[in-house]
Order: sequence, then C-alpha cells, then structure tokens
Amino acid sequence: MSTATDSGSRIDVRRVLRGAALPALLFTIWWAVFHFGWTDSVMFVPISKVWETAVRLSATGELWRSLGASLARDLAGFALGSTIGFGVGIALGLSRLLENLVGPTLHTIKQISLFAWIPLISVWFGLGDTAKVVFLSLAAFFPVVLNTFEGIRSVPRELIEVGRVFALTPAQMLRRVVLPAALPSIFNGVHLALIYAWLATLGAEYLLTSGIGIGNLLTDGREHLWMDQVLLGIVIVGFVGFTLNLIANHIEGRLLRWRGTSTGQY
Amino acid sequence: MSSLTIALPSIGEKQPARLLRWNDGLTRFALSWPFPLAVLLIWYVAAEYEWLPPQILPPPSMVASTFIDLVRTGELPENLWISMWRVLAGFAAGGLGGLALGVLMGLSPTAKDYLYPTFRLIAQVPSIGWLPLLMMLVGIGEALKIILISKAAFVPIALNTYKGLQGVSTRFIEVARVYRFTRWQLLSKVVFPAALPQVWNGIRYGLTHAWLALVAVELLASSEGLGFMIVYGRQLYQLDVVLAAVVVVGAIGFALDKILALIEQRLLRWRTDGF
Repeated sequence: MSTATDSGSRIDVRRVLRGAALPALLFTIWWAVFHFGWTDSVMFVPISKVWETAVRLSATGELWRSLGASLARDLAGFALGSTIGFGVGIALGLSRLLENLVGPTLHTIKQISLFAWIPLISVWFGLGDTAKVVFLSLAAFFPVVLNTFEGIRSVPRELIEVGRVFALTPAQMLRRVVLPAALPSIFNGVHLALIYAWLATLGAEYLLTSGIGIGNLLTDGREHLWMDQVLLGIVIVGFVGFTLNLIANHIEGRLLRWRGTSTGQY
Repeated sequence: MSSLTIALPSIGEKQPARLLRWNDGLTRFALSWPFPLAVLLIWYVAAEYEWLPPQILPPPSMVASTFIDLVRTGELPENLWISMWRVLAGFAAGGLGGLALGVLMGLSPTAKDYLYPTFRLIAQVPSIGWLPLLMMLVGIGEALKIILISKAAFVPIALNTYKGLQGVSTRFIEVARVYRFTRWQLLSKVVFPAALPQVWNGIRYGLTHAWLALVAVELLASSEGLGFMIVYGRQLYQLDVVLAAVVVVGAIGFALDKILALIEQRLLRWRTDGF
C-alpha cells in the first residue's frame, strides 16, 4: 500500500469525517442511554467505566499479566506449528511420492473444524499450557503446510530449467531458486497462521480454563456480569489482532521488496 | 533426496494424454491409502496391547461400533440435523448481509466512506472474541448461535465482495462504455461477472468460518448439536463418542467444501472455456 503514503500525504478530511460518523453516532447513543437513564440493566455500563476498569486492571498488573501470558502462548504455538508446517510443506513440495502418500490424508484432516480438537487435546495433554500450545501449533500448522506446498509446486518451470543450466546442486537449487520463488505463497501461509493462532489462543483459553490470559479475562467478566471487563477484553483482542496483522504486513513488504512494486498495487 | 526434481506434470508424448491422466489418477488413489492405513494399524496395535488406557485411546473398533450405535439410536442424526440447521441459517443470514454490504460499498464510494472504517473495526475482532459479549446480551439460546455464525460468514463475504467489485478492470468498463451499455447492463454483464471469482472466494471462506464458529459456540454454550456431543463425551471420558463426533465434523466440513467447489466449477465455467 505504498500509494497511500505517496500520493495521500494530504489527508482527505471529508472521508475521515464520513468514516467517523457511524462510530460517533453509536457512541452518542451509548452515552445518551446513561445520561438520560433509559435503562438500569447491569449489561449497560457507561463508557467511562470501561476506561476506569482499564486503568484499574493495568495498575494492579492483571491486564499485563493476562496479555503477556496470551501473547507468549500465541507466539510459542505459532513458532512451533509454522516451523513444522514449513518442514512438512517443503518435503511434500519436493517429493511427488510423499505428496501422494500424505497429501490426501492431510487434506482430509484439515476439514475437521479446529475447535473440535480441543476436547481430545484436553484428554491427551491436560488443561495446562502444554495442551494450549499443542492446539495453537495445530492451528498454525495447516495454513503453513498447505501454502508452502502450493508455493513450491507453482514455481515456474523456466526457473528450474535455468537452475539446471547453471548446474546448481540440489541445496543451491532449493535455496536460490525454489524457496525465493515460493516465498510469496509461503508468507501468505505464515500470515494466515498468525491470524489463526490468535483465534485459537482465545478458543484455547475459553475451553481450557486453567491459567491466565485475555480469554480468561473475558470469561471471568462474563461469569460475574462485569460488562466493563468484557468490553475491555474485546478491545484488547481486536488491538492485538490488528497489531499482529500490521507487523506481518510490514515484514512481508520488506521481505518481498525484491519482487518490485508492480505486485504491490493489487 | 537424491536429486531435486520439482515434480512437474509429466509430458505424455508417447501415450495419449487422456490415458496418462487416468493412469495418474489411479496411482494417486492407490498411494493415498498406505499412510492412513498405517496410522489406523498403529492405533489398533496401541489400543490392543493397551499401551495407553482405553479412556485415553479407545480402539478403532470401539469408535466404529459407537458410531453405529449413535446412528441407530438417532442421537447422531438428531444432533447433526440441529448443527446443520444452525450453520445454514447463520450462513444464509450473514452471507446475504455480507453480499449486500459488499455490493453497496463496492458500487458507491460515498457509502464506502461511511461504512468501511466501522466495518474494519468490527472485523478486527475474531468471531469468538464476541462470544462472551453476546452471551451477556442475548443469553445462550438459539439467537446467540445464529448471530455468531452470521458474523463469522459476514466478514469474509462482505470484504471479498467489496474488493472484487473494486478490482474490476477499468478496461472492461471502458469497453462497455464504447458499446453504450446502460447502467444495469454494465453491472449485470460486466461488473458482476468480473467480480464473481473473488466474491465466490469470499463465500467459500464464509462457509468455512461459519462451520468453525458453529463448533466453537456449540462447545461453549449448547445443550445439543455436534459440538455438544463432543463436550458431553469428553465430560464422561467417553472418547469413543468424542472421536465419532469429530469424524462427523470433519466429514461435514469436507462435504460443504466439496459442494461449493462443484458449484464453482459450474458457475465459473466460462473462465476455462476461453482457453
């Protein structure tokens, strides 16, 4: 999205105002509900209360402990799952025999909705961090393995032939020709894995309830009917997802810079 | 790894291409069996010699007989039906809403200016992030499931529809101008067909996400459905029930995906006919 910063350094005020109209309307309604006392339901808390909760929880450190625990889990599972996925994806991409042997099974297992694994994992690995990291690895594994495989398979034939002409060794061929050509697809998989791992972190924390984390903060808030804490949790979940996405986009942009700008416009 | 030959489609110069493809398919089919069979064998041996207690790993035969029992008693079909109904209702509601929003934002820059930032804000939080909030607002009834599944389907469909319409090449539109198409002709003959592949992509993602959300919500807040069967079996340490239900979850996911792929083949046939 380089075009946005090049030509759009002058912010279009009208568009920003239009974009803010709907949120402003919703916030006004939220505010008015309290100001005029239209409801006394415990479900509705004033906006100020959410802020107070944020300040209180960050002062006691609970917020940071939860966030730290969730992020540590998220990254551990993501790293483990995507590394294994990368290895398996390369193996499947390079060997047609392996692809035929393992590919169909992998494609079938992939169809099992991610969260259905949690009860099984809880029996096999308990409710602690091990189980959560195993589940997160599973979530990160599938997008990486499939995209790595597809990336390698769609390396243009001409590139391989050029490599042959230069009499590259298999290791050179892999490192200099195959992997760079497959990189966009591989990165796509890693990016998806990052999104799925965060989704799975929440799911694991809801369902494997031992320990702390943002998911536990949310569950806790719901059980005690603390709407302020639930809303705060949702904002944090969104913010973390957004930040992870931003980091991935940034790294992707840097890593794939050699491809030139032509693809960046789509 | 003796030599690094990227497996490329073999060029059948000697044999007729069709026969070669058929042969290829047969080989692929034959090769797809050893691996799952080996896993099944290890599972069987591990359970037979009780390397792991049956509460942790029930033998495959037990899972199979449990599966048959669950079908015969009607427990499985009943829960399956409930889950299917939920996912289809939620997917239909969320999908139609997503298409409507996507078309609106794709065709009208003004509507896009007003709606897109808020849409992105909502989309930033994964579906199951909304679950505790929704549980507080609407309880754990049927409404919760439908709303959550709708949200899961809504986001990818709205986003892909919008991007698909945005991405229609201006060259196509210029050609249509040359032919003096009316606005409706332009939309129905040029813009919508050109955007269809990406819109369809969104629909496939939407269905996958809806199925994912269904299982999550049924695991967390339900007293019937496939997800509930899994939780229930887990609580009673009946892993045979859990595994049977997990297999069904996989089979349904597989079937839903296949159905959409088949429709896609028909719907987008014109794309390949040109070549």
